[in-house]
Amino acid sequence: MTKSLLWRGMVVGIVAAIIATMFARLTAEPQIDLAIAYESVHAAHYGDAPMPHEEEELVSRATQKGAGLLTAMMLYGAAVGGIFSLLFAYGYGRFGQAGPRSFALLLAALAFLLIVIVPGIKYPQTPPAVGSHDTVGLRTAAYFAMIALSVGGAVIASKLRAALVRSRKGIDATLLVVGAYITLVLLGQCLLPVVNEVPADYPATLLWNFRVAAILTQMILWATIGIAFGLWAEQVMRRQ
Amino acid sequence: MAASAALFDDHFIPVQGVETIPVADIAPWAMFGALIALIFLYFVSTEQGAFALFDGMYVHEFVHDGRHLLGFPCH
Repeated sequence: MTKSLLWRGMVVGIVAAIIATMFARLTAEPQIDLAIAYESVHAAHYGDAPMPHEEEELVSRATQKGAGLLTAMMLYGAAVGGIFSLLFAYGYGRFGQAGPRSFALLLAALAFLLIVIVPGIKYPQTPPAVGSHDTVGLRTAAYFAMIALSVGGAVIASKLRAALVRSRKGIDATLLVVGAYITLVLLGQCLLPVVNEVPADYPATLLWNFRVAAILTQMILWATIGIAFGLWAEQVMRRQ
Repeated sequence: MAASAALFDDHFIPVQGVETIPVADIAPWAMFGALIALIFLYFVSTEQGAFALFDGMYVHEFVHDGRHLLGFPCH
């Protein structure tokens, strides 16, 4: 059963990535173009040393927007779709007896919240020309730590709920562990390093539009995974 | 239950006669799936950014837009 769920999860992830890429192409790419235009104007105006990749264009903008974006999204989709299906295989029937479609949808919504929204509050998605090459190591470590904190916090909260529900009503146990999760995440966000590398004259609307587009792209990805995987899993389970 | 049943009214279907998939069935596929996912995610998120297995910037530039869009730190 796990095997058939795993490959379906990866296929669903790839399909979801293709749909999300089409949306990103229409909404996020114009913002990335604006950001790159800002970057070159800024570099020319202030006489900054150009970014290493600007000296010679290794990959053309057309390839970055087309094949490059699609490849990156499909790799990401296959990876998260695969992990999603494994979590579905483990969680199905273990956390209440929701139907496969309901469970897939709830799991996708939870994944979107835990790995996109919560880490994004501390380290939001940024367009090009924000952030320096020198700090990419620190920023990567901090971002992954934030995702680990969010997911780890949710795992702890679910274990805690299982313990609390023995002596309390289910809804009280849920409220208590949601509060515990928020407290843990806020504490972690205070302790993790502050990253603010947005140039003072960076266009605020560009930043906002890019972030909205990035979050909506992820929402389309996860919604597609939740809906399509649920339908397919239900079909597999009925057939066996 | 009435409210949740109205929102999520598809029924629980037992898996091969039991309520859950045994961990022993999941574990080997979980190892395999996690490994593939890690390799894919590494190339999208980190290669030629914070770490580099290959010289140059080709991988970084190729996945550039996706990296920004998915929120991974870039330049």
